[in-house]
Amino acid sequence: MHPKGKIAALAAFALLLIAAFVFYKSGTNWDYVLPRRLVKIAAIALTGAAIAFATMVFQTITNNRILTPSIIGLDSLYMLIQTFIIFVFGSMSPMVINKSVNFFITVGLMMIFAALLYKVLFKEGRNLFFLLLVGIIFGTFFGSISTFLQVLIDPNEFLIVQDRMFASFNNVNTDILALAFALTALTVLYAMRYAKYLDVLSLGRDHAIGLGVPYDRTVRQLLIVVAVLIAISTALVGPITFLGLLVANVAHELFRTYRHSYLLTGSVLISVIALVGGQFVVERVFTFSTTLSVIINFIGGVYFLYLLLRESKA
Amino acid sequence: MIEVRDVTKLYGGKPVVDSVSVAIARNQITSFIGPNGAGKSTLLSMISRLADKDRGEIFINDREIGRYKSNELARTVSILKQTNHINIRLTIRDLVSFGRFPYSQGRLTKEDWRYVDEAIRYMELEDIENKYLDQLSGGQRQRAFIAMVLAQDTEYVLLDEPLNNLDMKHSVQIMKVLRRMVDELGKTVVFVLHDINFASCYSDYIVALKGGKIVREGPTADIIDTPVLREVYDMEIPIETIGGNRIGIYFS
Repeated sequence: MHPKGKIAALAAFALLLIAAFVFYKSGTNWDYVLPRRLVKIAAIALTGAAIAFATMVFQTITNNRILTPSIIGLDSLYMLIQTFIIFVFGSMSPMVINKSVNFFITVGLMMIFAALLYKVLFKEGRNLFFLLLVGIIFGTFFGSISTFLQVLIDPNEFLIVQDRMFASFNNVNTDILALAFALTALTVLYAMRYAKYLDVLSLGRDHAIGLGVPYDRTVRQLLIVVAVLIAISTALVGPITFLGLLVANVAHELFRTYRHSYLLTGSVLISVIALVGGQFVVERVFTFSTTLSVIINFIGGVYFLYLLLRESKA
Repeated sequence: MIEVRDVTKLYGGKPVVDSVSVAIARNQITSFIGPNGAGKSTLLSMISRLADKDRGEIFINDREIGRYKSNELARTVSILKQTNHINIRLTIRDLVSFGRFPYSQGRLTKEDWRYVDEAIRYMELEDIENKYLDQLSGGQRQRAFIAMVLAQDTEYVLLDEPLNNLDMKHSVQIMKVLRRMVDELGKTVVFVLHDINFASCYSDYIVALKGGKIVREGPTADIIDTPVLREVYDMEIPIETIGGNRIGIYFS
């Protein structure tokens, strides 16, 4: 099938699932049910899109298909920033209570971190193993510091942290939804300036420079874009480690092309399908007896192992 | 003309290229020779901006490379490194079409495809142009990468050990193509070679490096000479003239 046909089919399927989620057993009290479901589905779709886009871009600039922004610890960094703010300023600080302010501070800090990360990751002669190592260390490091701060913190304050930590698909942070939408739109629009370079970047650093990509600037900007998108998705529903890995690789398998115009659209749609479909199953089939992140992390973990085993054979 | 002025590259404080100055003339084949670790590849990388230089200046057509826009430089100089590992699945035709990126930014026009077709024909890859890179032999793959460089249509073509892993037949084939690019298309080719006899048979000018410095440079006949090679390689290499070419006998 032509890639355009596949995109159309995926889009149709995604819309169908969204419609099913919104209208299935909605009863007669539409004024009550519909707005709530619509807000929820919007947050889920936005999260899916942000994670898929960020992961695809990240994997292209690092030339690997195993690491994702989540695996190298960008979403644990989000948690660390939250914990740190509450630890230092207390839960009554406007930086915590005003969710928009909190959101901007976190996004800002993550952008700064991404710029620093660029210096470490993209120096001459870095390879995938170095990236893997740094990623695992960062992830664990952020997680441990967060835990450490949480242990020291006042128990009442900890409750607030916990609330942030366990944002999930059943407990979407809808206060910042409009803000998140606007910021995602701006970020993706900004990334589009660099989109033409993505295909060439997948050839690797040397070829990209040889073919006239302003490599340093492009990669740094794209890494910041990735950080912003991960911050948005984590703020909305909390960390989902393996979703990006899953959808980026499924998109590669499905489209078998190097063209990012298809890969990016495709992975965003697959991600929306996975999340909306998954949430539909969790709510209507399992009736909330499990959570979507558990299912995704399970499937993603198994797939990750499969990828590692396959890579080790090749 | 490419003019390297007093260029130094440090790795961990140690110079791998040490205050090198050299001028590379147009419409010629220039080869860099020298023992391992002489800094040949690093010098080539710096000229193509793959590696940053710590000191010095490099002028291409009288303009410092730092003052070129990335895109502009990619239309003037192309580079092919010795290892070309690519993570994605591409056909030869896909790969060669990437060579047009500096001109088309990914949206290839009819004109661009004409260059792609021409490059594929020039490298005699028409029959296998739709094969994937991972299905090719080393020689075919190397030819595909050279076709990409050809499609890039730059005045200067830099190649880092283009004969790496190739058998005799393919080595000769590639050297002949490079020679034709200079003679027929008016390109300027610079390559790093390990085999002094290939350098002798195909280049016009040779630059010999050792320990990050230029030991000798000159027209081919002056460099392929027993005392000069002794200085470069610390080895006694008798030179014989066979079929008009100066050949070093270094096997025993």
